[in-house]
Amino acid sequence: MTALAKQPPQLVRTRPLMTLNGISKTYDDVTALDDVSAQVYPGEVLGIVGESGSGKSTFLRLMNLQETPDSGSYHLDLPDLPDNLFTLDRFERRMLCARQIGIVYQNPHEGLLMTHSSSGNVAERLLIAGERRFHVLREKAQSALEASEFPIPRMDAPPIELSGGMQQRVQLAKAIALEPAVLLLDEPTTGLDVSVQALVLDTLKRLQQERRITMVLVSHDLGVIRTMADRVMVMRRGQVVEDGLVDQVFQDPQHAYTQQLVHAKL
Amino acid sequence: MPTPSNSSTRNCNQMPPILTVEGLTKTFQMHHLGQSLMAFEDLSFTVSPGEFLLLSGPNGVGKSTLLRTLYRSYLPVAGQIRYDSREGVIDLAQAADIDIAHLRRTEIGFVTQFLTARPRVPAEDIVAEPLRLAGHSRDDALKEACHWLKTFGVKQDLWRAYPTTFSGGEQQKVNLARALILPQRLLLLDEPTASLDVGAREALVTRLADLKSQGVAMIGVFHHAADVAHLIDRDIRLKPKELSDVA
Ligand SMILES: Nc1ncnc2c1ncn2[C@@H]1O[C@H](COP(=O)(O)OP(=O)(O)OP(=O)(O)O)[C@@H](O)[C@H]1O
Ligand SMILES: Nc1ncnc2c1ncn2[C@@H]1O[C@H](COP(=O)(O)OP(=O)(O)O)[C@@H](O)[C@H]1O
Ligand SMILES: [Mg+2]
Ligand SMILES: [Mg+2]
Repeated sequence: MTALAKQPPQLVRTRPLMTLNGISKTYDDVTALDDVSAQVYPGEVLGIVGESGSGKSTFLRLMNLQETPDSGSYHLDLPDLPDNLFTLDRFERRMLCARQIGIVYQNPHEGLLMTHSSSGNVAERLLIAGERRFHVLREKAQSALEASEFPIPRMDAPPIELSGGMQQRVQLAKAIALEPAVLLLDEPTTGLDVSVQALVLDTLKRLQQERRITMVLVSHDLGVIRTMADRVMVMRRGQVVEDGLVDQVFQDPQHAYTQQLVHAKL
Repeated sequence: MPTPSNSSTRNCNQMPPILTVEGLTKTFQMHHLGQSLMAFEDLSFTVSPGEFLLLSGPNGVGKSTLLRTLYRSYLPVAGQIRYDSREGVIDLAQAADIDIAHLRRTEIGFVTQFLTARPRVPAEDIVAEPLRLAGHSRDDALKEACHWLKTFGVKQDLWRAYPTTFSGGEQQKVNLARALILPQRLLLLDEPTASLDVGAREALVTRLADLKSQGVAMIGVFHHAADVAHLIDRDIRLKPKELSDVA
């Protein structure tokens, strides 16, 4: 017997902040995403897990409007935005992302200019959004770095001279500098050693609790998802095999693939 | 299959139930074995506000499974769990995840044997968290947290320490303080007294009596049922099945 199907929300009247519907994306002959839908509610952390190549990063890049899918729509419940964000042009996307969508990549090279100063990397975000006054740029960059628990005396060092954990904090500061509605995290702690990883996760958790930032967190590490996420989506070969509350998916996984994934980790 | 038998009833105030369970069935499908395991089948019972229902039965009979199914950590395969929330009746068996998450923050609590501590979060913050999530200020939440840590007998020098290194009993006290800080409308309890000393057990029983008189409905499994004997309104005894595996 299979579990009873879930019904649409009845008590929670809040609209989802992010709604992605029927997203498919193919690269040449590789299907990275095949009809994927997701809703993310304000203030929650949605975790995405799955083996490598399952389409997690592709999904996040689409949420960051870096790419356009072959089909599907993406809506953000914020003022003055079209029903489908994929209809925006490059410039509109850039402005929207600078203000409302922050992203932290696994690889800091993707998110940072490695030889520019760390403070400058953060300030770049503010510049795109139109801030020009030098002292304001510097103050705001510093406060974002502080919120990310970056050691301020090193704020002018270029990321290339910093440890992996510190580089991730620079990415994070850049991502949150303009208090975005959404923070996207693609394996933010993968590759860091365990104790550094725990510290970075602490910072994320604290930011999430203090600012109620809506987050989408991709990780293949179930422990990371367990401590951070409210709900989780399990992906395999470009499709969602299962989704649910974190405790439910980990304690009572329904799909054979999820059971294998969960049991392999225990 | 386990069957409930209402062995004792001394409930006179007939409030309409807050929870009505009907035909509830839970099986675990274990794909790697190509098998499923029936935990319980066709359970029906109700709980009213202020009622205290004791779940009993031998090890492995499905007590924890039932509580987790009501909390929706486990997904049922059949039946209904009608819950009369402040915002209307909802079937927890099929409710959307987001509704379940909402109810867990505001109305339905689960007290287990184990604390899920996060590294580098002080005990007082762990305890205060439900209040913070419910919108209380940090100061108020911490004050209340310290009150409950004290009530359950956690030494004051531990309040700001990280519970990951606490003894089993100390962790359990933190866990209880956190689980009971916010009065819920329905409280599920899975052997909350298992590793507690006498003082903490007394504090817990006092808090439960207090919550009961405030109208909180409770369903619990207790290692030492004598502790809570005076609170019990009804007893659901789960009975083991002859053979639990179904192909
Ligand atoms: N997540 C799970 N996946 C598969 N089987 C499970 C799961 N949880 C429980 N079971 C099985 O369901 C049955 C009931 O277990 P449960 O933990 O509910 O018993 P219990 O009555 O609480 O026992 P105890 O008195 O030992 O706590 C057992 O056979 C158990 O192995
Ligand atoms: N820019 C790209 N060009 C070609 N193929 C890509 C590109 N991005 C992703 N893919 C392919 O799409 C699939 C999903 O990749 P990805 O989203 O990176 O997976 P994950 O993040 O889950 O490991 C893989 O087969 C990958 O090789
Ligand atoms: Mg990836
Ligand atoms: Mg049990």
